[in-house]
Amino acid sequence: MSTGEQPASIHEMQPGDGFNPGLAAKLMNKRGHGGHIGLTYHAHGPNWFELALPWREELTGMAGSGILASGPIISLMDNCTSMSVWTMIGRFLPHATLDLRVDYMRAAVPGRTVIGRGECYKLTRSVAFVRGMAYDGDLGDPVAHATGIFMATHGTYK
Amino acid sequence: MTGYELPPYALGLGIELDHDEDGVPVLFMDFSERVMGRPGFLHGGALSGLMEMAGFAALRTELARRGEDAVLKPVNVQVEFMRGGTELRTFAAGQITRAGRRVALINVSAWQDDRAKPIALAQMKILLSPAG
Repeated sequence: MSTGEQPASIHEMQPGDGFNPGLAAKLMNKRGHGGHIGLTYHAHGPNWFELALPWREELTGMAGSGILASGPIISLMDNCTSMSVWTMIGRFLPHATLDLRVDYMRAAVPGRTVIGRGECYKLTRSVAFVRGMAYDGDLGDPVAHATGIFMATHGTYK
Repeated sequence: MTGYELPPYALGLGIELDHDEDGVPVLFMDFSERVMGRPGFLHGGALSGLMEMAGFAALRTELARRGEDAVLKPVNVQVEFMRGGTELRTFAAGQITRAGRRVALINVSAWQDDRAKPIALAQMKILLSPAG
């Protein structure tokens, strides 16, 4: 990637490249699985990041029910927690999800966009601890809670 | 696979039934843009989705074998990613550890070229409530 040129994918970014949350979310979800389920940037803060998952019939877990399958919620939480780590360190660094746990509080309301909020709450040199929530309108009445761990694969977080 | 149909989400990812293994449905998912994370590798969420479908399929099959019907609600899932999934076909099968009247606990493994080397493991808890 030459200087000043926008990378075609987040994966063309180099470890240590400056991290622009809005642009990164666009790149990350332009192609691949994030693009298939339709993730888009929603908001971010110092150590948190939100992605939106708009409702679609093709993402439902039972034909005719209108209820989103649990799979897209896992993908949403995997991606938004991953972005929260890069947002916190202020640069892109390749990492791998070691584990992810999702607790489903209730079914998402059919037709509503689900927002995934990921937060990085602890960093060590090579491990990032994350948690997050998925909600479809009211952060106080979440659809799901998630916790997970990422490991830096090329370089260190700090 | 008696009494079980793959939902729109699974069909959208290209998930299909591979074969029935002593009453346990083995599902597969081919690599495509739709399930790709970083280029050349499976997305962890898509892989988790495949494993959840295998878990639900195993439970549905077991309930059908018992002649029971129930509404299934996922309570939680914990996924351990052990190896990066590559562009190969991915398989997943669920093993029912415990299926009582109210709750089922299912262990799911996912593998590619070597079943003895799973790329991920998942544990799911599913709540069963009376149908209708």
